[in-house]
Amino acid sequence: MKGFLDQEFAQGGVLVTKADDLLNWARLSSLFPMTFGLACCAIEFMSTGTTVYDMDRFGMAPRATPRQADVMIVSGTVTFKMADRIKRLYEQMSEPRYVISMGSCSNCGGPYWQHGYHVVKGVDKIIPVDVYVPGCPPRPEALIGGILKLHEKIRGESRVKPVEIEKLMNLPKT
Amino acid sequence: MNAVLEKYQLSPESSAYPPTVRVDSQNLILLLTELRENPATYFDMLSCVTGIDNGPEANTMEVIYHLYSIPFHQSLAVKVVLPRENPEIESVCHLWKTAEWHEREAYDLLGIRFKNHPDLRRILLPADWVGHPLRKDYQHQEYYHGVHVAYQAPQPPSDR
Ligand code: SF4
Repeated sequence: MKGFLDQEFAQGGVLVTKADDLLNWARLSSLFPMTFGLACCAIEFMSTGTTVYDMDRFGMAPRATPRQADVMIVSGTVTFKMADRIKRLYEQMSEPRYVISMGSCSNCGGPYWQHGYHVVKGVDKIIPVDVYVPGCPPRPEALIGGILKLHEKIRGESRVKPVEIEKLMNLPKT
Repeated sequence: MNAVLEKYQLSPESSAYPPTVRVDSQNLILLLTELRENPATYFDMLSCVTGIDNGPEANTMEVIYHLYSIPFHQSLAVKVVLPRENPEIESVCHLWKTAEWHEREAYDLLGIRFKNHPDLRRILLPADWVGHPLRKDYQHQEYYHGVHVAYQAPQPPSDR
């Protein structure tokens, strides 16, 4: 199938689509990540932004403030000292906000799981995580894989109130 | 260099590189001042201050000063051994300004106190941290700011 913008539209440019689909499409096509990195994984995050891997093709331009960011890529070791700051930054992001946990460290403590007195054993202990990317460090391809997984997740979101769904589910069976 | 060391009846350990001398803690400042000021030695750079915990069995701690003389291309390590309870040593900040952060690190991770240090706070760990983690008998906290410190293996999902 052709991409959305490569298609021709016959009916005078009028499109019929679901509000959900339109909003989700807009959202997932311009996920601005927050510019920050915590450890070695951040190097791979940076190279994901370079011309070779070209993160920009997903509409991802790093923003230097949480207020303008949509997705937080936790790239590296989350120390206890940093954990409070990460939580604060996450709370400063406007909704809808997403979190990608990149690398073993932020997934579960990584190489520091046993003797890392200073490492939080998984960033999901302090903030909710949408996608986990395994690896130490994950290659840029893997991070892009994680971004595509997040796209999938966003594509499935709905603004239909759960109560409406409940009503539908409780309809008497015919 | 050897003339200065002989004055203090010290001879460098030959097996070690850089040459290492062990000095009593009360002579430390005298020796270091001389090594720094004497035009024949002129150790104008303090490369590193290392703290070591030898564990509860040996019951000692060590502080090692790595000196370097830029004009003479010479290195020397000066070692002091301290008791493990209440380890305390004179600060060398007034000789080398760079000692300030090195000593804060040794204080942070090992709990060695440096007397007359201008600003002896933790440098790496948060200010409200409990304990000195590079001590051999360090026990980490159970919770820090409400987060469980030790790794907890995820539970397999129960059969539904
Ligand atoms: S997961 Fe590996 S590469 Fe990534 S921050 Fe941790 S140690 Fe570094």
